[in-house]
Parts: sequence; C-alpha cells; structure tokens
Amino acid sequence: MKPAPFAYHRPETLDEALAVLAAHGGEAKPLAGGQSLIPAMNFRLARPAVLVDLNRITELSGIRQGGDGLHIGAMTRQRAVERDPIVARDAPLLAEAMPFIAHPQIRNRGTVGGSLAHADPAAELPAVMLALDAKLQVRGPAPRGVRSIPAGEFYTGLFETALAPGELLVDVTVPRAAPRSGSAFAEVARRHGDYALAGVAVRVTVDDAGRCREARIALLSVGDGPVLARKAAKAITGESPTPEAIREAADVAAAKDIDPPGDIHASPAYRRQLVAVLVRRTLERAFERARNG
Amino acid sequence: MEPRLLLSDFLRQDLGLTGTHVGCEHGVCGACTVLLDGEAVRSCLILAVQADGHEVATVEGLGSVEDLHPLQAAFRQAHALQCGFCTPGILMTLVPFLDEHPNPAESEIREALSGNLCRCTGYQNIVDAVKLSTPVPAGW
Ligand SMILES: Cc1cc2nc3c(=O)[nH]c(=O)nc-3n(C[C@H](O)[C@H](O)[C@H](O)COP(=O)(O)OP(=O)(O)OC[C@H]3O[C@@H](n4cnc5c(N)ncnc54)[C@H](O)[C@@H]3O)c2cc1C
Ligand code: FES
Ligand code: FES
Repeated sequence: MKPAPFAYHRPETLDEALAVLAAHGGEAKPLAGGQSLIPAMNFRLARPAVLVDLNRITELSGIRQGGDGLHIGAMTRQRAVERDPIVARDAPLLAEAMPFIAHPQIRNRGTVGGSLAHADPAAELPAVMLALDAKLQVRGPAPRGVRSIPAGEFYTGLFETALAPGELLVDVTVPRAAPRSGSAFAEVARRHGDYALAGVAVRVTVDDAGRCREARIALLSVGDGPVLARKAAKAITGESPTPEAIREAADVAAAKDIDPPGDIHASPAYRRQLVAVLVRRTLERAFERARNG
Repeated sequence: MEPRLLLSDFLRQDLGLTGTHVGCEHGVCGACTVLLDGEAVRSCLILAVQADGHEVATVEGLGSVEDLHPLQAAFRQAHALQCGFCTPGILMTLVPFLDEHPNPAESEIREALSGNLCRCTGYQNIVDAVKLSTPVPAGW
C-alpha cells in the first residue's frame, strides 16, 4: 500500500473533530480534499499517525451571503465555488481565478480550506483572498477558541500559516466589494492547470473622478507565500489610472515589491518580467471594470 | 479494510476491476480517473473508506465490447487510442464533461483533457474523437 499506516477518524461534527485533534496533539492531521495531502502520503513525505477526515462534517461546507460578506465554509469544494452564481456576482475575482487551479478532477475534490491551509506559494486562492482582504475564521481548543485572522496575517512563511496545532480553518469571509471597484486575475503556467510560474490577483476602487482610491495587488509564486505589492499600490493610489501610471506601478511591483526565487521552471529575472506584464494587464482590466461597475 | 488502502488499489486488487489504470499515483496523469457520485475524480487520491456510502462508476460500467458507449465508438473510429493506457481515465473525464458541454468548442475540449496525460496517441486524434461524438444526442 502506498501510504504509511495511520489511525483513521471520521467525525460527523466540528466539535468532535476538534476533540480528536486535541487528544492526539501534533500527531494528527486533518484530511480535507486530500489533493495535496494524499500525494504527499503516497510518497511517504507525510506520515501522519492519525488522520482526521473532515469530509462528513456538513456544517463546514457551503456558501452563504452574510451581513459582513460572503461566507465560504472550509470544506466547500473548489468546483462548487467555481460554479456558484453568488460567487460570480459578489466575488468575481474568486470566480475568475478558480479555473486556474489544477484540473476539474482535482477541483471536484479539493477544498477552499485545504488550499488556504496548505499555503503553497504557487496556489491561487491565498493570493485571491489576500487581494480581497478576506478574513479566515479558525477554531481551536480553549483558551484560544475562535479567532478571525486577516489573510495578510495568516501566511507566515513557506507552507506556514498562523494555524496552531489542533486548530482548524472553518470559514473564509470575503467582505462585500465597495461601489466602483473592479478586479482581475492572470497567471502564466506552462500548461493549463499546472502551478503558475507567476500570477496576479488585483482589486481596485476608484473615486467619482475615476482616480484610484485603493489598490490591492497580490502576487503568487514569487515568494514564500502570497505577496502583497504595497509599493506598487502606493504608486497608483490617488492617481488617474492612465496607461503610463499603470505601467509605472507594474514596474515598481516587479522591481521593488518582490525577491522572486529561481528554480528549474523560471529564473528570478523571468519572474520579474512576468510580474511587470501581468500586473499591468490585470490593473488595466480591473480599472476598466471599476469604471463600468 | 485498512484505511490506507487507496480507492484505485481497492478497485483493481480487491474488486478485480482493472479497467481503472494507475500511472503516477500522485494526481498528475489522470489514468485512474473514475466517477464519484457522477463527478470525475482521481481514485489514487481517495481512500477506499472515503467512498463508503457514495456511488463509484468505472470504465467497466460505460459500455461493453458488444455494445460500446458512443464515446468509445468514436474513439475507435478516430483512432484515439494506441496502447490504451490513458483511455479509461480519459473516457471517465469526458463523460461528465460532455454532459455539461454537449457541444464543446475545440478549446474547451483541449482544456478538459489538460489533466490527462497520453504518451502515444498524441491528443489530436482524441480531440477528433470528441468532435466526432458531438453534439451529444439527448439520452446519452
Ligand atoms: C496534479 C495537481 C495539480 C494541482 N495544481 C494546483 C494549482 O495549479 N493550484 C493550486 O492552488 N493547487 C493545485 N493543486 C492542489 C489542490 O488545489 C489541493 O486541492 C489543495 O492544495 C489542497 O486542498 P485539499 O482540500 O485537497 O486539502 P488536503 O490535501 O486534504 O490538505 C492539505 C493540507 O491542509 C491541511 N488542512 C486541510 N483542511 C484544513 C482545515 N480546514 N484546517 C486546517 N488544516 C487543514 C491538511 O492537514 C494538509 O496539511 C494541485 C493538486 C494536484 C494533485
Ligand atoms: S494514477 Fe492517479 S492521477 Fe496518475
Ligand atoms: S494511448 Fe497510450 S498513453 Fe494514451
């Protein structure tokens, strides 16, 4: 058999899952869609002694509109988000990015929470949630209990998050978009569905005069986690989004906001070049949508 | 049953349903694709115990030698398989895709196939076979 032996638990409720995790400390790992964890177990790179399968916990999946924004349960399948009409209407950036995640067969199983918790720097969802300034709801044993962590504070390093052992990501909340805002997503990968060499998720808001009021530019595959391009955002904020201003901000993102890694897939210089082009293109589209929306 | 048994190994070794192939066993090649409650999934990335209470469909359920599924017939006609290793996974990927897109554009067909590796036919004939079988008639 491919994976090493483990004890298997299949709780029906969140409280039950938290209790099993608490009882086993760092030995136990939650299993969501298994599209990252099971490959690692098949290679025996991961050998959890205890597996806590979250797939029967119905309270963890679903999409609903709340007073503070769009709530997406951690166990909601990526494919369900991709097909959801509320997501398409209220979080178009998320809808636009979904088809770039792997292939339909993977998205049929893979979950939103699993991707966010896995914290792969090349993953789309962490960057999208960062651009949308989403809040991640986490539950764990007392005394911490329930915590709400902004996406900007959730990612702490390469495959590392603010989640403590025994804690579960339960929900992500995407705040309602301000009027006159627009968003766009783009990435470059060798084949459709492959992990991106670089990618960009942006959301901008404009004022009555069409000037940029706020810009959130999140980059993927160019650092240890999703990277918020603050210097580029500062360069465009308060400006009229002319082609020149957009190009300048995109060049700032590529030159000053990142220190991209080089690997067999792409050199640092190539990643900077991709970021300059992708930020320019996504900002152009996002401002156009903000003006029309 | 041991919880670490993968669905792909359960199908092949315990049930003897060897139509489902295993190539990479880490989610990349698509050879192991089956339907779980009607949706295409990688059977190498699911534990057999997780299929408890769900409906699993494999290529054995698609058609028989005497009575090929229309998509299988199109594959034969367009020479969309050579060694056939990738074929079961590709068929099980395309069946729900064609349900959702009865008259797909070529770009959509290619995107739908992006999660399945074929190392000998060369994709073009596979795309041709899909086109041959579409638009999908009602009641497929
Ligand atoms: C061939 C292939 C290509 C892929 N391509 C891409 C791609 O292009 N882009 C991309 O973003 N992803 C890609 N993926 C990964 C895919 O999106 C996974 O679904 C995702 O990374 C993990 O989600 P999951 O639900 O499958 O989680 P799992 O694999 O079950 O879990 C992943 C990790 O998160 C932990 N975890 C899961 N849920 C929770 C929770 N609620 N609280 C706390 N911890 C939790 C698990 O313990 C584990 O450590 C690819 C996967 C494959 C096999
Ligand atoms: S064997 Fe499952 S995807 Fe390759
Ligand atoms: S027909 Fe041989 S791998 Fe596709």
